[in-house]
Amino acid sequence: VSRIKCQIIFYCICFAFQMQTVTIIPGDGIGPEISTSVIKIFEAAKVPIQWEERNVTAIKGPGGKWMIPPEAKESMDKSKIGLKGPLKTPIAAGHPSMNLLLRKTFDLYANVRPCVSIEGYKTPYTDVDLVTIRENTEGEYSGIEHVIVDGVVQSIKLITEEASRRIAEYAFEYARNNQRNSVTAVHKANIMRMSDGLFLRKCREVAENFKDVKFTEMYLDTVCLNMVQDPTQFDVLVMPNLYGDILSDLCAGLIGGLGVTPSGNIGANGVAIFESVHGTAPDIAGMDLANPTALLLSAVMMLRHMGLHGHAKKIETACFDTIRDKKVLTKDLGGNSKCSEFTAEICRRVQDLD
Amino acid sequence: SENCANQPHAPLLLTKTGQTVRRPAHSDPDSWRWDRTRTSESCPRALQVWEKGREKRLLVLGDLICLTDWGLHRFCCVPVDFEVVNVDSSLTSEDEINNAVTAIRRNGVALKGNIETNHNLPPSHKSRNNLLRTSLDLYANVMHCQTLPGVQTRHKDIDIIIIRENTEGEYSSLEHENVPGVVESLKIITRVNSLRIAEYAFRQAREKGRRRVTAVHKANIMKLGDGLFLQCCKEVAAGYPDITFDNMIVDNTTMQLVSKPQQFDVMVMPNLYGNVVSNVCAGLVGGPGLVPGANYGKDYAVFETATRNTGKSIANKNIANPTATLLASCLMLDHLGLHDYASMIRKAILRTLSETRLHTADLGGQGTTSEVVQSIMKEVQKGGPLTSEKI
Repeated sequence: VSRIKCQIIFYCICFAFQMQTVTIIPGDGIGPEISTSVIKIFEAAKVPIQWEERNVTAIKGPGGKWMIPPEAKESMDKSKIGLKGPLKTPIAAGHPSMNLLLRKTFDLYANVRPCVSIEGYKTPYTDVDLVTIRENTEGEYSGIEHVIVDGVVQSIKLITEEASRRIAEYAFEYARNNQRNSVTAVHKANIMRMSDGLFLRKCREVAENFKDVKFTEMYLDTVCLNMVQDPTQFDVLVMPNLYGDILSDLCAGLIGGLGVTPSGNIGANGVAIFESVHGTAPDIAGMDLANPTALLLSAVMMLRHMGLHGHAKKIETACFDTIRDKKVLTKDLGGNSKCSEFTAEICRRVQDLD
Repeated sequence: SENCANQPHAPLLLTKTGQTVRRPAHSDPDSWRWDRTRTSESCPRALQVWEKGREKRLLVLGDLICLTDWGLHRFCCVPVDFEVVNVDSSLTSEDEINNAVTAIRRNGVALKGNIETNHNLPPSHKSRNNLLRTSLDLYANVMHCQTLPGVQTRHKDIDIIIIRENTEGEYSSLEHENVPGVVESLKIITRVNSLRIAEYAFRQAREKGRRRVTAVHKANIMKLGDGLFLQCCKEVAAGYPDITFDNMIVDNTTMQLVSKPQQFDVMVMPNLYGNVVSNVCAGLVGGPGLVPGANYGKDYAVFETATRNTGKSIANKNIANPTATLLASCLMLDHLGLHDYASMIRKAILRTLSETRLHTADLGGQGTTSEVVQSIMKEVQKGGPLTSEKI
């Protein structure tokens, strides 16, 4: 009874302080250490978030279907917001990729990746400031393949009206809510007339309802060509699955790689999971060498999504200042500090900014 | 006709056919323009046949006028005649492109401008460029991306050969709408074509003394399709133990290309990834105006710019960069065995390119197309008479 009382009091306090619950999935490899870093930094910034840690290793549910553990699903459904570290998919584990499972479970239809040049982390490209919004459920990744006859394989790319309309609407809403000026639809309708044509038509229809945002269309190859010459001409890009996969990684490469790129997945029913998109780096796991920047910037994206702009700005500034200063940097950023030292430095700056 | 032999006071030139001609001392850079008017007025879809005894090759005009090549080649007295075929992209009938295909079958080699595809037309209106490639079975698209002298880029020392499967994959143009609002587009990968392109890639790598071939794919997601492609590449690689073979997933490839492009040597990939990677690489070395491309089949070869742009927004303004098309014509001359002419023109182009004053708008300069061509002609003239080894 006393335990229940404690819990009730705890929830009352949380409610009183408007604490929001966020499900955190530390992941594998370097996942746990970078998640710990993020939690520490959030504590230093006094962010009103209560973390609920969950594991998403696939289990076989009734009926033999692979699914994520019910506690994880329950937690996400309740909190609606999640932060995820890198997950590994063991080969020949028998179950599909964990990321795919999460995507299907929560219908995460939009993958959003803002790519902003980080001052202090030099790449050949400066002044990059664009956002790629990728349709995440269908397209070339529908997984429908057949062997027609021996030696002939057919992969099906699926484009539906509903999914195209949904992603276009999200892209325009994102542009409007984040004060972005234009949305560019990326396609290859000259070759894939019907499928990309449908995607393009839906984008045009949705654009009619968002006259304040400029809408343009561009071929995928032209975007690639122009992106590596002058990325400043792009603002928000919306596209089907495969092009999104390629372009979002291309843009990540422009600003310094997956180790510094945030990413968010938006689902139906208000669910959103923010994640770092780099790998689990098993070779440096547990050695306090990991760079938490990607997960931290994803967490900042999460704060903005939740409306906590003040805290987001504080943490982001502290992170960028630390990188710009170049005194305390992890190995991949060109320094030789430990993950904990890097985290401590950001925490210190966050507290100084208060 | 306006052949070079009638020009006085010009250096002597011995052509491959044994004729003695004179290279004109002065060139009228606008003479090609005059030719163009005459061609389109007198025979809009015509095949103009020049003197007998010279090799006949085909020039297919798309929406980007590549007549600068025509003018330059005639200036250099290259023993190649051009048969001109116009293809109007605004027409819905496929007659013109079929005529072009027939003409290429007759001549074997072509120089082509890109033909615009209006993607707002119904699916029955297929891409003319794609039709040409598949009809002639031009299965290999080859693009050699090199850092060029005099061109400012963010990355240096790039030297990548991209070999792209040109006939199947996502460009199969097989789409249907089973249920309203749900469209399926088929990507076809076949063992035969995958083996063929892999074989081509490894053969090219060996001929050009390259050390490594990288297959670009997305076999972690498209396990059967790209898995088959990768499998075929591995099989062919086993027959070339002197060449290192590795593979990379396409999204990682693009990321590596923008950070460390120097790590790549020869790359082989299916159609769509080839489209993406070749455009990224073209952008890395300076843009669409600089890189030539070639499409090879068993019996035919068609040369064009690597990124296949129509350049609609800059057409007829005398600001287009002719380098890509001119270098494509040099590739054509190499293919025909006219190596001396090819290197003569290529050297002249590269010397002009190092002259930043003459850079066109796409390279950040203010030079015009005709200034660039005139400069190339001057460089060709400076090079002195060309003598054939046959003497």
